[in-house]
Amino acid sequence: MVELVSFYLLDPFAYGFMRRALVAAILVGAVCALLSCYLVLKGWALMGDAVSHAVLPGIVLAWMAGLPLALGAFAAGMGCALLTGYIKDHSRVKEDTVMGIVFAGMFAAGLVMLSRIETDIHLMHILFGNILGVGWGDIAEILALSGVTIAVVFLKWRDFMIYVFDPAYAKVAGLPVRALHFSLLVLLALSIVASLKAVGIILVIALLIAPGATAFLISHDFRRMMILAVLMAVFCCVAGLVISFHADIATAPVIVLLQAGLFAAAFGCNLLREEKSGIWHAKKTKTG
Amino acid sequence: MNDKQDDLITVEGLSVFYANGHKALDHVGFTLKSGVICGLVGANGSGKSTLFKTIMGFLKPATGTVRIAGMPVAQALKQHLVSYVPQSEDIDWNFPVLVEDVVMMGRYSRMGFLRIPSREDREKVTQALEEVGLTAFRRRQIGALSGGQRKRVFLARALAQEARIILLDEPFTGVDIQTEKAIIALLQDLRDRGSLILVSTHNLGSVPDFCDEAILINRRILAAGPIAETFTEANLAEAFGGMLRRVQLGGGALHDDEDPRSVTVITDDERPLVLYGHTENQEIMPHRDEKAGKR
Repeated sequence: MVELVSFYLLDPFAYGFMRRALVAAILVGAVCALLSCYLVLKGWALMGDAVSHAVLPGIVLAWMAGLPLALGAFAAGMGCALLTGYIKDHSRVKEDTVMGIVFAGMFAAGLVMLSRIETDIHLMHILFGNILGVGWGDIAEILALSGVTIAVVFLKWRDFMIYVFDPAYAKVAGLPVRALHFSLLVLLALSIVASLKAVGIILVIALLIAPGATAFLISHDFRRMMILAVLMAVFCCVAGLVISFHADIATAPVIVLLQAGLFAAAFGCNLLREEKSGIWHAKKTKTG
Repeated sequence: MNDKQDDLITVEGLSVFYANGHKALDHVGFTLKSGVICGLVGANGSGKSTLFKTIMGFLKPATGTVRIAGMPVAQALKQHLVSYVPQSEDIDWNFPVLVEDVVMMGRYSRMGFLRIPSREDREKVTQALEEVGLTAFRRRQIGALSGGQRKRVFLARALAQEARIILLDEPFTGVDIQTEKAIIALLQDLRDRGSLILVSTHNLGSVPDFCDEAILINRRILAAGPIAETFTEANLAEAFGGMLRRVQLGGGALHDDEDPRSVTVITDDERPLVLYGHTENQEIMPHRDEKAGKR
């Protein structure tokens, strides 16, 4: 038994690249899970997708200018969010429509740049991440970016919750609603940038939605929702790493599959429970 | 009562435009004092919610000013002077918050940077829950409440906030008579303790029952002041145009004597407004729900 545990769970981490991947996966999983609670409740799922796709041209431009890629990615991600807000406020088009145009346009611009410019940027790594290839330098960057997000959410989670739940009241109660709105966007962009190396543009959206969605199904208060989301995300990241190691498949998709699996399980449990309580309720009303 | 100090909301020459350039409010002005329940009455699109939003600081006036307790809106909001009870449709009832969490939000603006509730905050929440009769439900998720209980959660939040001004947006839509009475009793209690309560409604019939004053609005103020002066047929006709059903019952149809008076019933298919008098029906008939129920 001990040997089995050691073989399946510990042996993979005898390798340095697996240890680095583990740290990166836990950080990225946790920070995305925290934000996912807000995105799911605010209805910002598409916003997450938009910002993550929009970082591509920023990365290419930053490479050309010799700046840190994370800086370019962050600027482009924020640019997408702000541009979306501006167009929405100055036209009759709905927000999700605007987002679709802005992020697809920016993503395409990034692709065009990449095809015309000689760079050492691997498109596949940006799209799907390369968690087994992260170095300690990358981890330091991930730690800095996700650390800011985790710290801000830890300190101000209640303010963000009120803003998402009842923005009109938040304003009347004297909370800085605009600052909260933009802070949430900044945190979103920061976590996407932090996640790029690990899971890439395409799959980060899963990390930014699935944990919050699953936790939403099984919790009645927000604090518990956040804790559950983080626990589930970290579990999926660690399990995904181990499974991908033994089965020799790409890590990020395994993590995402596990998260989708957890969501399906929570959904199924809810259905069963509702059915049961429905029967129970019917019985109770009959006798009463 | 005539002291300037009592003026809680002072609106002067207020004009507000929609984003598309249409005028939503046109030179609106009025003054409201503490210890008053005021009904803000107008048809849909009359500028009721625009006025609310301007008082809450969401919209910037093109001209004119709103002052709350003598201060600009932003400053008054920072001092937790204003509370707001939203329409039920504006709330996500699936949001994972407990009843007590929502009520605790009323205390947030008084808490420190980390928003950690003090003992006083907890006591105020308990007290507010007790006042609205939701103590037994404090650990429930808000979606697991009945319609009337849902409304009371947000009233409790306003209570916990100890605001001097409470704005209620259409509080009686989708609410049964029992809950409506409970809410009104609570509002009257708050008024007696010196709060100013501004209720936006298109439910004409209930306004004379519980409001002390009324503001009739249709982009501009049609009438503002005590109910007896403002809630006249002429003003209402101007406020609602052809949107109301009006039934007049002549004296002959009502009784066998020579009494020339007639009854006018004005309704928008919700609770009717009943006016009784000579040619211009000025008197407002109180509703006799209780007596009718006993019969």
